[in-house]
Amino acid sequence: MRDRVPAVVTAPWSGERVRADFPMLARVTRGNRLAYLDSAATALKPQAMLDAVSDYYRNVSANVARGVHTPSQEATERFEEVRSAAAVFLGASAGEIVFTAGTTASLNLVAQTIGRLRLEGGGAEILVSELEHHSNLVPWQLVAQATNATIRAIPIDDGGDLDLDWLARNRSERTRVVAVCHVSNVLGTVNPIRRIADLAHEVGAVCVVDGAQGAPHLPVDVVALGCDFYAVSVHKLFGPTGLGLLYGRRALLEGMPPWQGGGGMIGSVSIERSTYAPPPARFEAGTPPIAEVYGLGAVLEYLGTWDWEALGHFEDRLVELARSELRALPGVTVFGAPRARVGVVTFGVAGVHPHDVGTALDAGGVCVRAGHHCAQPLMAKLGVASTVRASFGPYSTEGDVVALLAGVRRAQKVFGR
Amino acid sequence: MSDLDDLYQTLILDHNRAPRNFRQIGSPSGHAEGRNPLCGDTFDVWVSVAEGVVTDVAFLGQGCAISKASASMMTTIIKGKSVDEVRRLFERFHQMVTGRAPADDGEKSAVRKSLGCLSAFAGVAAFPIRVKCATLAWHALMKAVDEGAERAKGV
Ligand SMILES: Cc1ncc(COP(=O)(O)O)c(C=O)c1O
Repeated sequence: MRDRVPAVVTAPWSGERVRADFPMLARVTRGNRLAYLDSAATALKPQAMLDAVSDYYRNVSANVARGVHTPSQEATERFEEVRSAAAVFLGASAGEIVFTAGTTASLNLVAQTIGRLRLEGGGAEILVSELEHHSNLVPWQLVAQATNATIRAIPIDDGGDLDLDWLARNRSERTRVVAVCHVSNVLGTVNPIRRIADLAHEVGAVCVVDGAQGAPHLPVDVVALGCDFYAVSVHKLFGPTGLGLLYGRRALLEGMPPWQGGGGMIGSVSIERSTYAPPPARFEAGTPPIAEVYGLGAVLEYLGTWDWEALGHFEDRLVELARSELRALPGVTVFGAPRARVGVVTFGVAGVHPHDVGTALDAGGVCVRAGHHCAQPLMAKLGVASTVRASFGPYSTEGDVVALLAGVRRAQKVFGR
Repeated sequence: MSDLDDLYQTLILDHNRAPRNFRQIGSPSGHAEGRNPLCGDTFDVWVSVAEGVVTDVAFLGQGCAISKASASMMTTIIKGKSVDEVRRLFERFHQMVTGRAPADDGEKSAVRKSLGCLSAFAGVAAFPIRVKCATLAWHALMKAVDEGAERAKGV
């Protein structure tokens, strides 16, 4: 359910057809066909990605930006080529893309560099939201403690949308950072980043976006979004674990001190001091995740063949099907109904703890996330300790939804004994 | 779905619905909190030990059926047992839910028999991710007992 008017759909998306590209879907779990409804935790990987990683280890296996030998040169070229492809994917330029270890690392980097600089002096304020993942809270708490800054959260309304009037009223010249997710990993809320970024910029704050759940579902254009930073986890984007992206507006990156020190991020080094490389290298200390970058390269090429418009309609239809079918089950509560939402449905079953629902689903081959989803403040707001979350991807099918519903009924039956 | 029925035995569902000793002890000899950071489930366990014997034990908190029923059944079974017996019981319980109870049938049933109603949790072994749930209250209990002993020594 997206805000935009549906464009003309060329050909409908087929989850079944794309399934052949994801070897993991061939596996059987507890004697059942795998119904993988946990892509928001980590997405499945296409064969082309696996091949690229293995190709790196088999045929290249060299460090980057260090050797004079041919494999090293090849690796360096490919590494930078993938950076450029990632820049295109996010609507940025190559110099604005930092390779990190993931969304968490990207957000920590921002908090500890520009965050710290902007918050110093005391009395400053960071605005986050009630939707945030711990990854977009704890890094700000750490820097707030070090700088005597305060943190406040933009509240959500009953449907799970951010109260932007609150933001408009509560921002001030003390506000140095506004950090929000693009898409909530619990309610699927798609936040109006452009509006939020404008509200932040009007008081001179930087706008930091946790894009972990945005990039896998929405075409991202950081210029159109207007944000200053955008963090991505490559493993949620069908790529390898251990790799993330940080988009940073070039003018800001250039004024930022390094986060971690080490090889590769320097200009020159003496015993007492060093000069630093320009961005993005300044923020990439040590040997980077090279094989993972090769994997990302293959993923970006693969994603380039997708019709994202058709995929969007397909995912929305499945999510809405799951939402309405779950809501129709007696005893099931679906949490949140944000105006624009993608990717996930979060629910609870009366009298059955989410963990027990998760186990009942697992027994039928259905993989979901049960727990607090690293969003304990949001759980508190919803008045629960945990929930069950089903999340969808390009390879999801109606059969997955059917298996989900059957599993929920099974849980109710077991607990109704 | 035999794994599932095996896991959620009637006895477990009963203790989940109506947990026993679901209360606080006024002046316990030991208290500890058990928290599963994975799911946020939390239990408080209070224990009274006199001359090496558990005289009272109670718990409060929230969690899944496995963790709650396990806490409840634990409180019913350890009252009147010596701390050493309780330790050995937990050891055997832990072996059973982790699937490390002796494979030999005769011995296995001997272990199960010694566990009494706790053998209802044998099905947990088929769901390794749930071992933490089944042992959450037990770990808190052992912590509460140790804390109580430390305190007694310190005074
Ligand atoms: C919204 C959101 N932010 C941040 C993260 C953290 O991502 P990672 O663990 O890959 O750093 C996640 C993933 O769970 C997420 O869903």
